[in-house]
Amino acid sequence: MTEINTDKLAEAFVSALAIDAAEVTDELAYSQHPKWDSTAHMVLVAEIEAAFDIMLDTDDIIDMSSFAKAKEIVAKY
Amino acid sequence: MQIDDYNNAAVFSQFPVYGLNSAEKQAFLQQRLNWLTHHHATHCPEYARLLTCIGEVNSPMCNIEHIDQVPPVAARLFKDYGLKSIKDEEVFRLMRSSGTSGRQSQIYLDADSAKLQSQILVKTLQHWLGKQRRPMLIIDAKETMQNKNGMSARAAGLQGMSFFGRNHCYALDENMQLRIDEVKSFIEQYHNQQIFIFGFTFIVWQQFIQALQSLGLKFNLQQAILIHGGGWKKMQQQAVDDKTFKQQINAQLGDVSVHDYYGMVEQTGTIYMQCEHGHLHCPVWSDVVVRDINSLAQLKNGQQGLLQVNSALPTSYPGHSILTEDLAVIHGEDDCPCGRLGKYFTLHGRVPNSQVRGCSDTFS
Repeated sequence: MTEINTDKLAEAFVSALAIDAAEVTDELAYSQHPKWDSTAHMVLVAEIEAAFDIMLDTDDIIDMSSFAKAKEIVAKY
Repeated sequence: MQIDDYNNAAVFSQFPVYGLNSAEKQAFLQQRLNWLTHHHATHCPEYARLLTCIGEVNSPMCNIEHIDQVPPVAARLFKDYGLKSIKDEEVFRLMRSSGTSGRQSQIYLDADSAKLQSQILVKTLQHWLGKQRRPMLIIDAKETMQNKNGMSARAAGLQGMSFFGRNHCYALDENMQLRIDEVKSFIEQYHNQQIFIFGFTFIVWQQFIQALQSLGLKFNLQQAILIHGGGWKKMQQQAVDDKTFKQQINAQLGDVSVHDYYGMVEQTGTIYMQCEHGHLHCPVWSDVVVRDINSLAQLKNGQQGLLQVNSALPTSYPGHSILTEDLAVIHGEDDCPCGRLGKYFTLHGRVPNSQVRGCSDTFS
């Protein structure tokens, strides 16, 4: 698995979900945090795709249920 | 396959969407639907009382030997009662139907049900769209999604479908009028790619296709796909049938394969997609039965009656078997010329005097 730029990923979360950088931990999870709902999820996907210049597929979007999981998924590309 | 696997969502969500034959599907759904009947009888007092009316939880009706025998709940009961099998504090999302008059259905989801619904919806649509997300043209307004006061069925439909797209373009403004410049530049930018178009049937027809026609605008799309759903009542009022709808779309937009779908908020996640031969198909997680309007006796293939939908998904509310107010004809099982396994059917309107409530039909 390749090393990914975790800071860049965290920035994407901060900007897409409009949350504090301190809130971005591995435990940050979809539908657990009030701001990470299904609408914000699509904004987040677009943000991550732009930041890393990748194109996530539909499986990735469903699997990406936490910050930890997002790191794994981005590392695949 | 172990019996326990039939009740393990992580296992059954991986079943091939249209890949189990009648006997295999019967083995799976019989286990799963019986489990759900008992689960809901234990956790939803109103549902337990309904079952008592037909003879206790341990009666043969509740331990069915064939999937056609599950006792259905009438769809309208979800309007009259807050039927749920979870505690109040476990409610993650409340979904409402799009009804135009009277009360709306209220469907309570916990986090697990919401997740399973999304997974199954994705699995089903991947069969039709592939895993790669496509540039997506949404025939609706962005504002439709922004009602925070409980999610409408239309918003939930748009939201669920938007997962399959990227670079989303909303074709309509907040007054549901064509955003012609945005649509033109979207199509210009992506005309060589397989564009995914989504919208509710009547909205696609009246606000998009007819608007393009009156402007005399045609496009030449390549291998695009249009998925639409939400009801035909308003289309029938304008005497537009499936064939005309498809012809006009191809005349206006070019090479677009057009697929209707049928689904309802009471069983979100389960959708019945229309194949190349015009048939709606049951995915592996669901099954249908057609019943006589008066006697509710099960009808044979080819006969028209009330549609009952059975689904393996609902755990947070007792909606695994629902008697709809839609009229349907089942045409066969496992033998559609398209090659997909499972039952296939067509819809023939709603029972007279039922409410208008399709996502497409509530728009005026």
